[in-house]
Amino acid sequence: MSVSTATPPAASPQGSSRAVSGFLYRHPRVRLAALLSAPLFWLVVLYLGSLAIMVVAAFWSTDSFTGALVREPTLKNFQTLFRGQVYWVVALRTVGIALAVTLIDMVLAVPLAFVAAKVVRSRRLRYALVIAVTMPLWAGYLVKGYAMQTMFINNGVIDWMLAPLGLKGPGLGLAAVVFSLAYLWLPYMVLPVYAGLERIPDSLLEASADLGAAASRTFRSVVLPLLVPSLIAGSIFTFSLTLGDYIMVKIVGGTTQMWANIIYDNVGVANNLPLAAAAALFPITVIVLYLLAVRRTGALENL
Amino acid sequence: MLAAACGSSTSPTDSGSATGGTERPAPPAGTAATSVGAGEGELNIIAWAGYAEDGSTDKTVDWVHPFEQQTGCKVNVKIGNTSDEMVTLMHSGAYDGVSASGDATLRLIYGGDVAPVNTDLVPNYKTVSDFLKLQPWNSVNGVAYGIPHGWGANVLAYNTKAVTPAPTSWSAVFDPNSPYKGKITAYDSPIYIADAALYLMKTKPDLGITNPYALDDTQFQAAVDLLKAQRPMISKYWAAYTDEVNSFSSQESVIGTAWQINANLINSEGKVKVDSIVPSEGATGWSDTWMIASKAAHPNCMYKWMDYIISPSVNAQVAEWFGEAPAQTLACDQTSDKTFCDGYHALDASYANSISYWTTPTSNCLDGRGDICKDYAAWTQAWTEIKG
Amino acid sequence: MTLSRRARWILGLLSAGVLVFIYFPLVVVLVNSFNASKVFSWPPTSWTLEWWQKAATNDGVRAALLTSLKAATGATLIAILLGSMVAFAVARYRFFGREPISFVVILPIALPGIVTGIALNSSFSTVLGPLGISLGLFTVILGHATFCIVVVFNNVLARLRRTGTSLEEAAMDLGAGPFQTFRDVTFPAVRSALVAGALLAFALSFDEIVVTTFTSGPGVETLPQWIFNNLFRPNQGPIINAVAAAVLVAFILPVYLAMRMSDGPGRVPQAGAEP
Repeated sequence: MSVSTATPPAASPQGSSRAVSGFLYRHPRVRLAALLSAPLFWLVVLYLGSLAIMVVAAFWSTDSFTGALVREPTLKNFQTLFRGQVYWVVALRTVGIALAVTLIDMVLAVPLAFVAAKVVRSRRLRYALVIAVTMPLWAGYLVKGYAMQTMFINNGVIDWMLAPLGLKGPGLGLAAVVFSLAYLWLPYMVLPVYAGLERIPDSLLEASADLGAAASRTFRSVVLPLLVPSLIAGSIFTFSLTLGDYIMVKIVGGTTQMWANIIYDNVGVANNLPLAAAAALFPITVIVLYLLAVRRTGALENL
Repeated sequence: MLAAACGSSTSPTDSGSATGGTERPAPPAGTAATSVGAGEGELNIIAWAGYAEDGSTDKTVDWVHPFEQQTGCKVNVKIGNTSDEMVTLMHSGAYDGVSASGDATLRLIYGGDVAPVNTDLVPNYKTVSDFLKLQPWNSVNGVAYGIPHGWGANVLAYNTKAVTPAPTSWSAVFDPNSPYKGKITAYDSPIYIADAALYLMKTKPDLGITNPYALDDTQFQAAVDLLKAQRPMISKYWAAYTDEVNSFSSQESVIGTAWQINANLINSEGKVKVDSIVPSEGATGWSDTWMIASKAAHPNCMYKWMDYIISPSVNAQVAEWFGEAPAQTLACDQTSDKTFCDGYHALDASYANSISYWTTPTSNCLDGRGDICKDYAAWTQAWTEIKG
Repeated sequence: MTLSRRARWILGLLSAGVLVFIYFPLVVVLVNSFNASKVFSWPPTSWTLEWWQKAATNDGVRAALLTSLKAATGATLIAILLGSMVAFAVARYRFFGREPISFVVILPIALPGIVTGIALNSSFSTVLGPLGISLGLFTVILGHATFCIVVVFNNVLARLRRTGTSLEEAAMDLGAGPFQTFRDVTFPAVRSALVAGALLAFALSFDEIVVTTFTSGPGVETLPQWIFNNLFRPNQGPIINAVAAAVLVAFILPVYLAMRMSDGPGRVPQAGAEP
């Protein structure tokens, strides 16, 4: 870096820029305001404002005849959702799928990330592994959905692989949904777990070994507890993405319905935005509560 | 105004049609155009896949570009995958027109999203099949709200090898003791409730159903219960035609409701052979209508489009590409396959009248019984429940 | 970490298994794009290049690709600007409301796309509609930028936290003004993180479908939308295979670059650190 000496303010543009910089230097609050105003306008007004409009719409209704919004507060939408047994079933099914997907991804991600972060000695190989895992993240959502359809469909790739064993795959349905979503979100779990493992100093693991712990014991008592924030960070993604997914279930779900299908179907139908908005409050509530609960663990820094 | 030529009086669709039946509530006042001027240079339309092809699907299938050259209206096509999606899109106000099926038209009319159509400004309308004009799904109280484009029945398709003897009734898919349990496919939309209602109309006359789209509480519950009982027998609900084609081709399904085009596609693949029939109870079907948005930014281009798309040669191309009966009577001389119109019964009024065309269920009963019917929002929620 | 031979083998096999699990379906898509059969059939019995040719000459694909590139570029630019501004504010200042802001910034990516989509759709149509702005490419860019900001924010914030403020203070002590300090010290330090964030934001936007569905207007069709619409159309399956395979291949390079530049996994290896 060259040491710059103060040049006399000869050229006027430079002079004015000096004046501005001087002013900014003396007023950090102004600097802060300048930094925050545009993004805050964007996030608070545009994004949170939109969410607020939607939440309010959940208390409106639609005129069944014209499809126009009736802007009078009502709890009708919530009554519909709470009283209809089917909504409970679908909500439970969706949460169950989200849990299963999260668990599968944890089980797959931890060993892989562990090998990449702590077992492989060569840096080059380590990066190659991490890149190999994250690359499919960008392969395109629909491309992967389509791939999954070709795997699970009747007489598809899975059936073809199992045929010599005299078995048949599960076909399109609930199992295919769980498997496909786990496949889709796996990189979202691997990345934070890998980053978390990288942060654990090797000396800790060595100390544990020196104190006589076997590798499995070290993993259980030292590594896993330190990994909790990373696992939570990954689970935020797997959970949120599963709760909001309605496309994959259309492609590989057969007759399965998930919560986001209810949201989507109602937006489409007679413009029943109010009922859809009310339904959308379910994932919003679940995720915001979860985020608030895990804020203390530092998981959010790992996103 | 032309009076609609109604078919046989046993047809469920003529109750409440323009010639007889009851006055329906008036939609939001809209005015039809009185003249068509020069094109505005652009046109935004929503269409079913295959209704407004511009060569991007198949180089040889293109009737958008010739229209652009003729009129100077640049066409932007938004594909609507379902009727519900089309209604939502039209509601956004960004489009000039839509190719709406009967399960969407009334929602659009009463939502104030579409305007009446002055059929005098559409010269090709004169030779459209009479049985499609001023029907309950494309007009209200004798006022036309669109231009018929093409129609078809939701037929019963079955795998000829697996299903013997050949079925003659919808009981093959609704009877709890059907031998094809677990191999039945059904259409994934709330409007499929009408198929159950149509079956009940013929098999349970004491329910008193006269129109499968006008169901009071008891009738509606009976149809929903029938579908809930059918649910475990279903191998696949299909929403897009590829779903059904795959389902039949992989023999996951052997029988179920289908569009003629699906049956044709399955046969063209040659993996399995399917036949399709209109069973003894009749069938539901669709009759699609081009409608103009009430706030259309390019009304002249839309009028030009409506006239163009039902002109004999274009209407023939569309019908052959999509696999439906053309609305234009003169189109039958223009099809490349000369037997095409016979295969689709395009000019057969009695066949056309045996179909219960998709119509939006409204709380004001379509058969004139008053405000005791289930509306489409209720149908939708019931459909969510049926699928579980 | 020191492990027994057996443990190494088991872990190695597990990882290999996971990698196969990840790549096998993608290989199927690639292989399928050369499958001569018009409909789905596995295994392929004859081969062809026809679908690749068709995809390459398909106007719909080309228009959609262009739309996607425009949308992703616009969203990425906005995200770079706003995301790095918030990151600087959060990293370099203590102020009332800092915590809630960091929380709100991550909401768009933590909440499901369908929620964001419906919310933006209803506000766009009630607020922008009367202003004469209808849904179109512009609203798609706005929608995408909302969640792209997070990616840039996270990348830049991590870098700023790692670099600390001592270099900047030194520059100030030596008489550099805020602008010069930014130009000669701060910016070079965050440049690679910014590029990595931008690349990931671009990729996210390029692949987005749900928010796009709710914020796009007539005549706007992004590549994922094109694929989605054609998934459900007869006779288009094989072309989708080729387009999908092409997207797959086209993405490898930018992602690889992003990985090399970010602070997360795949940090640039320091020279000489190679064992």
